[in-house]
Amino acid sequence: MKTLYFDNNATTRPAPEVIEAIQPFLSELWGNPSSMHVFGGGVRKYVEQARELVAALIHAEPAEIVFTSCGTESDNTAILGAGTATDLKPNIINTRVEHPAVLGPCLELKDRGYNLIELNVDEVGQIDLAELDEALRLGPAVVSVMWANNETGTIFPIDEIARRVKAAGSLFHTDAVQAVGKLPIDVRRTPVDLLSLSGHKLHAPKGVGALYVRKGTRIKPFLLGGHQEDSRRAGTENVPFIVGLGRAAELARNGREEEQARVAALRNRLEAGLLQRCPDSSVNGDLAHRLPNTLNISFEYIEGEAILYSLSDLGIAASSGSACSSGSLEPSHVLRAMGVPFTRVHGSIRFSLSRYNTEEEVDYVIARMPAIVNRLREMSPFVTRGG
Amino acid sequence: MWDYTGKVLDHFRNPRNVGVVNKPDGIGEVGSLACGDALKLTFKLDENKRIQDVKFQTFGCASAIASSSALTEMIKGKTIEEAENVTNQDIADYLGGLPEQKMHCSVMGREALLAAIESYRTGGKAHRVLEGKVICKCFGVTEHDIEMVVRENNLATVEQVTHYTKAGGGCGKCKGDIEVIVERIRAERLKAAPPTSAEAAGKRLTTIEKIRRIEETIEKEIRPMLRNDGGDLELIDVEGSRVIVALRGMCARCQVAQFTLKDVVEAKLKEFVSPDLVVEEVSK
Repeated sequence: MKTLYFDNNATTRPAPEVIEAIQPFLSELWGNPSSMHVFGGGVRKYVEQARELVAALIHAEPAEIVFTSCGTESDNTAILGAGTATDLKPNIINTRVEHPAVLGPCLELKDRGYNLIELNVDEVGQIDLAELDEALRLGPAVVSVMWANNETGTIFPIDEIARRVKAAGSLFHTDAVQAVGKLPIDVRRTPVDLLSLSGHKLHAPKGVGALYVRKGTRIKPFLLGGHQEDSRRAGTENVPFIVGLGRAAELARNGREEEQARVAALRNRLEAGLLQRCPDSSVNGDLAHRLPNTLNISFEYIEGEAILYSLSDLGIAASSGSACSSGSLEPSHVLRAMGVPFTRVHGSIRFSLSRYNTEEEVDYVIARMPAIVNRLREMSPFVTRGG
Repeated sequence: MWDYTGKVLDHFRNPRNVGVVNKPDGIGEVGSLACGDALKLTFKLDENKRIQDVKFQTFGCASAIASSSALTEMIKGKTIEEAENVTNQDIADYLGGLPEQKMHCSVMGREALLAAIESYRTGGKAHRVLEGKVICKCFGVTEHDIEMVVRENNLATVEQVTHYTKAGGGCGKCKGDIEVIVERIRAERLKAAPPTSAEAAGKRLTTIEKIRRIEETIEKEIRPMLRNDGGDLELIDVEGSRVIVALRGMCARCQVAQFTLKDVVEAKLKEFVSPDLVVEEVSK
């Protein structure tokens, strides 16, 4: 059965161009870039080329890019590294809708005696800038606000947030894992100090990520015991995947606008089709500020995991914010923070697209979804509407 | 992806007996939208007081739907008294097993059944009122609910109670209360059927008796303690007075495992089976 993949905020298909770029570094070019011989040391230039390509995607200097093993490592390095870089215990400010990779290290610092402030979000998932300003008045802080939310696609006003944080003399990190490659990012214009990105969210393999560290920003390394990455991340470089990430960044940069416009058109088609054909459905997130590829839609009276298994039987891959599909008993912390009613949280489905989705696939989902929803609603004790 | 059995997936894809019975004799409704799953069970009896028709409506995940469907198939044709004896484990067994984290789906089936029987006995009207104190406020689980699953499924840890009833799976504030209930029932169980003490037996054990008692002591005395810390233990062999075991789960990686082996496992086996026993860890 062919897979119709609509779960690109979870992971993306490695681009064929990326796979091709990686190959030589698994076969003949397997040396260690730190070696003092041509066979190994000669590989270094490919790592540096990749660094330039990743830097170019966000308009950074190559020296400001630190390669890591994943987005989670980037987030951990940024928050733990910045939070503990001085003797001062700054406040930690984040939002209630951050990814666990950010929430985890923030809670760790809280355990170590730091003051943690979690900003609330409104019903579309946006923070109140006045609440941020108030938190910033408490003193120096490490602030971490994601560029775009992985579940709803809500895009935060990062320019504005970063400016306020910097004006208050604090340090700003953004988890841009979902935004890089989809949105225009220019660190020359947006005063972020630290920015996390992940390879496998932009068609590179899993196991590689990067942290942008603005020149002059003090962080403590997270992995110790080596001079690699300018002593900011110890450990022999994952050369094949770093090269892959570089190629993926290049692909994302070339024609990003046209590509994302096409993806947005497909997403909008899917959204309109599902809303029209499935009654009692509604969209979660900030429709005016949303990732072009993400649709988070709730179907009332039914439960997300049952929908996912029904979709999976047709080869359609998506995800859900319901409790049962998360492996925990609590549904999505993001939708709950937004105050989305339980009825809608349990029946929420996230479709996230990529450059590889087609109109045919979208139309297939639109065609099959009503039967899935109706079948589950016929079984549900909560449906009160006739027919 | 959950590791569902073919039978679970079959009952999810092709649920039996969906709907509401016309003029039901019993109606049971449990769960809520907020909890993430809910089940409405209705049945009708024939002239011989057997369940002639039974239907369900379920809001919930694939295993909740499958558990409900399985339950209707299992109780069709049974008398009320027979149906009453169907446990949540029976429902899980009928489906070829459920993932531990999904056992609460089978418990929901059982609760709906009991509620429907209750409504039948009280004239087809009364819904079951919450019995006992509410322990878990997040999911509305009562002391009575927790006691029932702990007794019927021989549960030994708070985590297991959460898998079976959801209690403790929300804010987690009630975990201490749940532990008290689990411990109380364990103490009652031991009082009712204490493992025979070695000295009380006062005679030499046959090898078969010895192995049986070792197994019983591990099950009743040792395993619950280890499981509280996420560990487990497997009996590998018994050679004379040497008991060879393998540590599993957290115990296998535990720094103080040797302490556990001597001060917990061996001490308990000496106490309840025979004072000459020596415990050894299986060589890796």
